[in-house]
Amino acid sequence: MNIQINNLSHFYDDSKVLNDINLEIMDGQILSIIGPSGCGKSTLLRLIGGLEKPSSGEITQIGSPPLDCLNAMTYIFQDFALLPWRTVEENISLVLEDHSLSSEVKRSVIDDVLDRTKLKDFSYALPKQLSGGMKQRVAIARALAVNPAVLLMDEPLSALDSQTRELLLEDFINLWHRKPFTAVYITHNLSEAVRLGHKIIVLSRRPGKIIETINIEKPIADRKSIDKDLDQYQKHLWDIMHDEARATDSELLNV
Amino acid sequence: MSSKKHNSNSSNNININKPVPFVGKGYQPKTRRWMSYFVFFIIIAILELGTTTGVISSLTMPKPSDVLGTIIELFESGLLFKHLVPSTLRLVVGALIGISLGITIGTLIGLFSYIRSGLVPVIAAIFPIPKIALLPLFVIWFGIGEGSKYALIALGSFTPTVVATYGAVDNVDRTLIRMGQSFGLSWISIVYKIVLPGAMPGILSGLRISLAIAIILLVAAEMLGAEYGIGAYILEAGSLYDLERLFAGVTILSVLGIIVSVLITMIEQKILKWRI
Repeated sequence: MNIQINNLSHFYDDSKVLNDINLEIMDGQILSIIGPSGCGKSTLLRLIGGLEKPSSGEITQIGSPPLDCLNAMTYIFQDFALLPWRTVEENISLVLEDHSLSSEVKRSVIDDVLDRTKLKDFSYALPKQLSGGMKQRVAIARALAVNPAVLLMDEPLSALDSQTRELLLEDFINLWHRKPFTAVYITHNLSEAVRLGHKIIVLSRRPGKIIETINIEKPIADRKSIDKDLDQYQKHLWDIMHDEARATDSELLNV
Repeated sequence: MSSKKHNSNSSNNININKPVPFVGKGYQPKTRRWMSYFVFFIIIAILELGTTTGVISSLTMPKPSDVLGTIIELFESGLLFKHLVPSTLRLVVGALIGISLGITIGTLIGLFSYIRSGLVPVIAAIFPIPKIALLPLFVIWFGIGEGSKYALIALGSFTPTVVATYGAVDNVDRTLIRMGQSFGLSWISIVYKIVLPGAMPGILSGLRISLAIAIILLVAAEMLGAEYGIGAYILEAGSLYDLERLFAGVTILSVLGIIVSVLITMIEQKILKWRI
């Protein structure tokens, strides 16, 4: 299933946050979106997932989600959004409970995602007992459980320390390699963007519009944490973003 | 001169090894269980000593040992349960009605902005009314029997429960609700699996206040027309200026309050295990 975005603009009251976005999200690929803070990245993600309605323009699903997909557009949040009163397993089962699935099917789905995210030994732990990296793994497992058509990830690694981030990044890459999924990956971290993205778009500062699109041909599985090819892309992206980030940094906030 | 002293100190101190002084003392609440027993013991000991020696006149305070004797007497004669059973029943029925209505209305206020705008001012208007003042009205509406007592206790525990509940619902983490919506959970599921469990800590701490108010109103209701009940017992003792029995009644109320508080703590420990 592809997602097509046409002439999308968005306002909060009178201030424009997104300006004429045109974009296609390709099936089985990861799209990275980067931009200075407050450029409307998260807003764009909320619009794609239907948590907000765009002020103008269209977001269209082309084709239909896979048959066993329970929730087409599925988020992974920066702050994990786990229910603290439910165990790991119950947090995953939460998103299956509203679908009329037999308990065997539910059991096998939960076992499968726990296995894929290496959480088997933690299924009865409460979120408060888990480290940040583990919490985000639970959130990933939960997202995988509904077999999403598109994964919408809002800075999923930003709340983690850099070593955990690297570990989780490797896990993401393995997960994608074993079973390619479609994803939109929002980040302000350039190296994450070039590690994961088949396509990378750069948003300008508010109101966000696309100022650059690059495609990286190198297969995701072959990209390394220290990688000469990726460095060039990263440097190119930083050259574009540098002035935008500088300008954003010295803006007064109207809050 | 001070600078001179400072200079000489700093040069002298080079050869002195001293541990870094610990300055992070205090401001860390810990439970010291024995402390509460100790305070109770001191207060009772002072009263006992004062009344025995005559420093405290027997007109102003009864002797704690006499109060204890009265309670034991009350227990042995079987009168204690004759008073306690109807009181407990009134408390349980009245508070149950008030609290369940309060949680329902409070949740509705938290979830729907129309209900919120309509009801919050009404609740704010009812809250400060001394409910005891309405007792004559309740007697006309619900009769002189148990009905008016239930109604009084129910109304008294209703308002603080409503306020605590909608406050707790407001404080439920919005990202959890967004998460539920993004996974396509039904409205009912979001309310039962996300909103209500998330509001539970706030609701339970509200219950502590609601139940204390319920006990106060229980006594007030029983003072205005009941044959048996702790309130009736205290009123009778008061009009005879029988301090031992008055304090025996008050002690029983305090114990009731402590039992209620311990029960809520036990419920909290059971269903709020997930909190840090």
